[in-house]
Amino acid sequence: MSTSTATVTSSTREAADACLRHVIPAGEPWVGELTAGQTIRLLDLQGNQAVDTLFFARANPRERYDPQRTLRRQGNLYLSTGTVLYSNLGRALLTIVADTCGRHDTLGGACAQESNTVRYALEKRHMHSCRDSFLCGCLHDGRLDKRDIGANINFFMNVPVTPAGGLTFEDGISAPGKYVELRAETDVIVLISNCPQLNNPCNAYDPTPVEVLVWN
Amino acid sequence: MTLHHTPSPAAVEELLPGGGHRSFVLRRGQLLRLTDLEGGANVATLMFNALEKSERLNLPDSLKCQHTAKLTRGHCLYSDMGRVLAAITADTAGWSDSIGGVLDAAEVHEKYGAGSFQQLRNNCHRNGADNLLIELGKWGLGRSDLLMVLNLFSRVDVEADSGLRFVPGNSRAGDFIELYAPMDTLVVLSALQHPLDPAPRYAPKPVQLAWMRAGPEVAEHCRGSCAENARGFLNTERLYL
Repeated sequence: MSTSTATVTSSTREAADACLRHVIPAGEPWVGELTAGQTIRLLDLQGNQAVDTLFFARANPRERYDPQRTLRRQGNLYLSTGTVLYSNLGRALLTIVADTCGRHDTLGGACAQESNTVRYALEKRHMHSCRDSFLCGCLHDGRLDKRDIGANINFFMNVPVTPAGGLTFEDGISAPGKYVELRAETDVIVLISNCPQLNNPCNAYDPTPVEVLVWN
Repeated sequence: MTLHHTPSPAAVEELLPGGGHRSFVLRRGQLLRLTDLEGGANVATLMFNALEKSERLNLPDSLKCQHTAKLTRGHCLYSDMGRVLAAITADTAGWSDSIGGVLDAAEVHEKYGAGSFQQLRNNCHRNGADNLLIELGKWGLGRSDLLMVLNLFSRVDVEADSGLRFVPGNSRAGDFIELYAPMDTLVVLSALQHPLDPAPRYAPKPVQLAWMRAGPEVAEHCRGSCAENARGFLNTERLYL
């Protein structure tokens, strides 16, 4: 897969200056908050890990990340440095300010027990999935529920669209130590599922931990 | 298998004018035909399980299980519960878009200028977000249910540099799309220009809606188009054991 369109922008932030460092093990959810102006880094520790992510406005969690608005405003299929993540109310939630991977997907959605039965086999229903993690994270948090789960971002996932309109899940272009950084433009809730999918190459068939770092 | 199965004659027909919005339950075994009357139509579409409306059209699931970004004849539209809300049994336009979404009032104003009801009466500028919200509200649904929408009749290409390009004229006068419901499906429609259509004038196109009855055989080519869809139909039939 060509990476010629990928833009790579590294960050000068030092891990030692971060106000929060948290490793999300493979298959776990994480719910966090950012205040406007804070920067979050998602660090792919071992490479080719899919990090399924949703953002919500903290002041009104019904306001959430809007993938179609985000794509049409930037006129480009992939998320990378400079991408503004818009909400369903038209406001900027976050901006991608650094990205050493180069492209991230927002068409492929999250894996779920139910979609796994369709994609792989009816017997695969009881494998762990991102939607299970999202729901668990939402319902423990209490501010979010199923209705709030729209289409998500798949950080580090490589899902090209062919000229004929085909959608392919390619081997990742991420690698150990690659990261993406986002600046919060407003106070946001971050909901992450560190993807447990074992049936396709989005995680190189081997889900691994990722680290979250936050700077003031 | 014939290229295009002919369903029974339309039981009911209705015009969806340009700018209009409409919602209804497409019952199991019913088929909806949408016909582009003038060419260049676009219909933003949402779907729900009519009996359990927390089950919603999930475009990402629909795309990835069929390895496609466009949706056309032979494809299925999946709910988040792994069921087929509708199968696209016919499509002479050849492409429906899953990327562009709908504009809201501020975006329509920015693109087409002022067009208030007070000024233009029923020729006022509508917007897809409000059109869909109004219909969602009629069924007790709300803003959280305005998920990614499917834009029937429209085509957006992804270029080599991953740029998005609207393809004008994808649908011509007389082109039609048929949706077969293998379960009771709430269908929500808004007939407005595609958000990435560069035409500067607000000029939404009308679509003729026709409801018919059809047997499950009308969707056999959808069920058989990939192993995933065979499993999707099995999941759907379990609702009706």
